[in-house]
Amino acid sequence: MSRPTLPGPRADLAPTPSQTVGPFYGYALPFLGGGDIAPAGHPETVTLHGYVLDGAGTPVPDAVIEVWQPAPDGSRDGAPGSMRRDPVDGAFIGRNGLVFTGFGRVDTDADGHFAVRTLPPGGVPYVSLAVFARGLLHHLYTRAYLHDASGLTTDPLLAALPAERRATLVTTPERAGVHRFDIRLQGDAPHEETVFLDFG
Amino acid sequence: MTTPLTQGDITAEIHEAHQRYAGHLTAGGPVRPHPDRDYAPYRSSVLRHPKRPLLPTGDPEAVELTGPVFGVTDVTELDSDLVRQHPGEPLGERITVTGRVLDRSGRPVRGQLVEIWQANASGRYAHQRDQHPAPLDPNFTGVGRCLTDDQGVYSFVTVKPGAYPWRNHTNAWRPAHIHFSLFGSAFAQRLITQMYFPGDPLFAYDPILQSVTDDAARDRLVATYDHDLSTPEWSLGYRWDIVLDGPSATWIEEGR
Repeated sequence: MSRPTLPGPRADLAPTPSQTVGPFYGYALPFLGGGDIAPAGHPETVTLHGYVLDGAGTPVPDAVIEVWQPAPDGSRDGAPGSMRRDPVDGAFIGRNGLVFTGFGRVDTDADGHFAVRTLPPGGVPYVSLAVFARGLLHHLYTRAYLHDASGLTTDPLLAALPAERRATLVTTPERAGVHRFDIRLQGDAPHEETVFLDFG
Repeated sequence: MTTPLTQGDITAEIHEAHQRYAGHLTAGGPVRPHPDRDYAPYRSSVLRHPKRPLLPTGDPEAVELTGPVFGVTDVTELDSDLVRQHPGEPLGERITVTGRVLDRSGRPVRGQLVEIWQANASGRYAHQRDQHPAPLDPNFTGVGRCLTDDQGVYSFVTVKPGAYPWRNHTNAWRPAHIHFSLFGSAFAQRLITQMYFPGDPLFAYDPILQSVTDDAARDRLVATYDHDLSTPEWSLGYRWDIVLDGPSATWIEEGR
């Protein structure tokens, strides 16, 4: 079989458009241990959880949340092994319990709820999130700023927002190590729409 | 009770959205390669798009300018061959789909994860919520993964998926498509999209494809039949190259 040939680098190729993730990703994208970003049993583990809600305040049961963040030491290199596989039967076998890959992926359950367990990121006060859903034609980026992270009060992105907008990006403490972070895809008065980000 | 939406209603809305975009271009507005999140002909989008503008972030130190990595532990060899994942052969037209993943500067995206999922040849997903009364195929799941090579090339062997009905409006049918999920070197380059097959008569009726109102951009979602990629006595070949959007190359470099 011939393989596609290689054109030379060109400036500013036109991008491939986005399309919705649709309703049937469930047997393709989620994987065992997708929300277990922290190595098993790590004492610093924090839980980040919440609901994805639509413009009527109804939970969205068919959304996918991806997480990307630095390791606790501030490294942004990531590591393979998020979706480690059994070479015998191809099954997902979970992470190896040692490596921090920085990447997680979970889908919302029938209640529109998601949860990941991770370690606080080093160097920045936030965990980066991408949101995909049936009905969402182009994914959205947001950030969960951990309410107890150092650097929260000096973060320029947060500082530039009015208080009610800023509040949508900061987690709510529930109990020790448990952060609540709801994502509102559309404002539902009086609830504020989550701030979503554009990286150009 | 509201009157059920007809294809005529949706087609009229699709046409109006195209006209609005044409007016936007005529007025000197920028090309919009991606769908508008607010695209009412796709009814599920109505309550699931933000109404406020996105917040631009010009921070060269943003974490999103880096991204997750994957490796040999994350993918098995069989993952890219969707016709060998079960004891028997799936029904349908066997195809090869291959192409390159590039960034906007034309640089190959190397060693990155490509994931696909699709309906079987009858237009049925191996998903409990898909109740389309077309047969499931015990020899086809319709999920694949691979890592791009040093040239950014991905390749899958699968069967051509069937068209299938959905409930956006009465007599709504999706054109045959394969879902693709792609990672670049930056999280901000993340892309989930759908690849279509050339010449499908359902294109004009489908609000999901038509949500890309820019004609040239929409064409980029359609693969090319490539006879050189067809394998004698075995499979037909389709070529589909993917360009990841995202922060400009210089910005990404600065962020490293």
